[in-house]
Amino acid sequence: MRDGDHYVVNGQKTWTTLGQYADMIFCLVRTSNEGKKQEGISFLLIDMKTPGIEVRPIILLDGEHEVNEVFFTDVRVPVENLVGEENRGWTYAKYLLTYERSNIAGVGSSMAALDHLKRIAATQRKGGRPLSEDPLFAARIARVEIDLENMKTTNLRVLAAATHGAPPLEQGAMLKIRGTEIRQEITSLTRRALGPYAQPFVSEALDEGYNGEPVGPDYAAPVAADYFNNRKLSIFGGSNEVQREIITKALLEL
Amino acid sequence: MDFHHSEDRQMLADTLGRYLQQRYPIETRHRIAASDAGWSREQWAALAELGVVGALFDEAAGGFGGGGFDIAAVFEPLGRALVVEPFLGTLMAGRVLARAGGHDALLGEVIAGGTLVAFAHEEPQSRYDLADVETRATGSGDGWTLAGRKAVVAQIEAADRILVSARIAGAPGDEAGIGLFLVDRPAHGLAIRGYPLIDGGRGGELVLDATPATLVSDDAYPLIEDAVAAGIVALVWEAVGVMDVLKAATLDYLRTRRQFGVPIGKFQALQHRMATVALEIEQARSAAINAADALGGDRHVRERAVSAAKYTIGRAGTLAAEEAIQMHGGIGMTWELPLSHHAKRLTMIGHQLGDEDHHLGRYIALGRAA
Repeated sequence: MRDGDHYVVNGQKTWTTLGQYADMIFCLVRTSNEGKKQEGISFLLIDMKTPGIEVRPIILLDGEHEVNEVFFTDVRVPVENLVGEENRGWTYAKYLLTYERSNIAGVGSSMAALDHLKRIAATQRKGGRPLSEDPLFAARIARVEIDLENMKTTNLRVLAAATHGAPPLEQGAMLKIRGTEIRQEITSLTRRALGPYAQPFVSEALDEGYNGEPVGPDYAAPVAADYFNNRKLSIFGGSNEVQREIITKALLEL
Repeated sequence: MDFHHSEDRQMLADTLGRYLQQRYPIETRHRIAASDAGWSREQWAALAELGVVGALFDEAAGGFGGGGFDIAAVFEPLGRALVVEPFLGTLMAGRVLARAGGHDALLGEVIAGGTLVAFAHEEPQSRYDLADVETRATGSGDGWTLAGRKAVVAQIEAADRILVSARIAGAPGDEAGIGLFLVDRPAHGLAIRGYPLIDGGRGGELVLDATPATLVSDDAYPLIEDAVAAGIVALVWEAVGVMDVLKAATLDYLRTRRQFGVPIGKFQALQHRMATVALEIEQARSAAINAADALGGDRHVRERAVSAAKYTIGRAGTLAAEEAIQMHGGIGMTWELPLSHHAKRLTMIGHQLGDEDHHLGRYIALGRAA
């Protein structure tokens, strides 16, 4: 609602990542009910210290406070905090989401996570030999490594196309689906690699500066929690089901 | 064929289920699981009073059950309610004591709920290999002392006595030369490092250094294998209970959560995925039936069936846990939803007594040996 030289914002946002630390928040807000649903949305930058904003934590299944609900009650936002033009917010958001989805492939973090997994698999023992030499486990690692090699090239192809303008939405969707599946598979294999030592959960061991004796191998502490936390990857940024619909919608042209 | 429990077993399962529904709701479970002790002595006493411990042992051992389907009837409801009390360790330790013979008084205390005995067999390096025992037993005069380490023993801090495997002769990996011993608490050279488990409750590492011990068996491998087989039957039925809860919660969500003006269960993509999960759960239940059926029989048949079941549960459990979270979307990721705790427990069952790959390999090896 526009009120003089302010917008008055009411409503609720959810899954706001690390919102408890934020000074400012970008918000998509409805400024008009006319036309299609995608029209009438505006992009605002809001100071988190403005009266009427309440941040409530959402605790995730690994016990961590990472995301929040943010409530807005009669929050007054100066008109100059409007980003771009009024009612054009969805256009800007779509553009950002395309880039969120190419970044969400997370090729770099998958490469680092795969290296870490391989070091763990070389250290863990199974039947007196390194776990990395176990045919079943070696096959699991090889499959995800091949998938990641393929994804590196797929990602570069989309990026190359992006230098000539925003890539088609379905390409971003493909990166999102397979990129997150690869990241999840690597965290799943890391969890499996630990054997019984995936079970202990000493949460203090995840704090900076912790120098207590580790339970089991020194790399074990965060692994199972990471696996559970990373289940979010196929849900956020547009769930992988939504991404699949984007792909077939673009391909089928029905 | 009749796949129903006998009347007695069904009555026990129903009684236990009702008790847990009323006395062990999820809020209570969270409080117990996160407490300093990580279990509840009051709950344990009440459950023992109901006969839940006695159902795990046969009449010769002072119980009134002890068969594969008795274990199933107990652990399925325990799984549904995410019970953290030390049933698994009690089953395995008690089974060893019963087979070894000569421990009637101790077994009586265990069944009555007054004494807890933990089963400490796996070691930091053993990764599910039952014969990989490095802990050493040394005869000294007319007694024994133990030295070594045991890994991730569920609820070991709660134990009054600990049943420990240790090598009397031979090398790690040999099935011969493994003994089982009872160790008291406290005891010389015995240290426990306890910690929370990611799926609730507590576990611990056991360190023994010249710790005095009483011999239970000097040829213990067959006893260990039998106890672990029973433990696997327990875990796969616990998993079946957990999976049924995940399935019911997910179906409920698909029916009620609306998007684009319809329940999301109307979307074919989700229907097909739900159908796959339901199918895998039924396959897993069948594997659990096969394992329970084989528990009292021929060793080779039994071991193949328990490895097949643990492999199946490992695979289906990961799928069921991941899909339940995924189909719930963001809300499935939250601590507030009981479902996320069922998903964690189901995943961690995969890390107990051998994972999917371990039991697939073992199933192949047992097939070759036939």
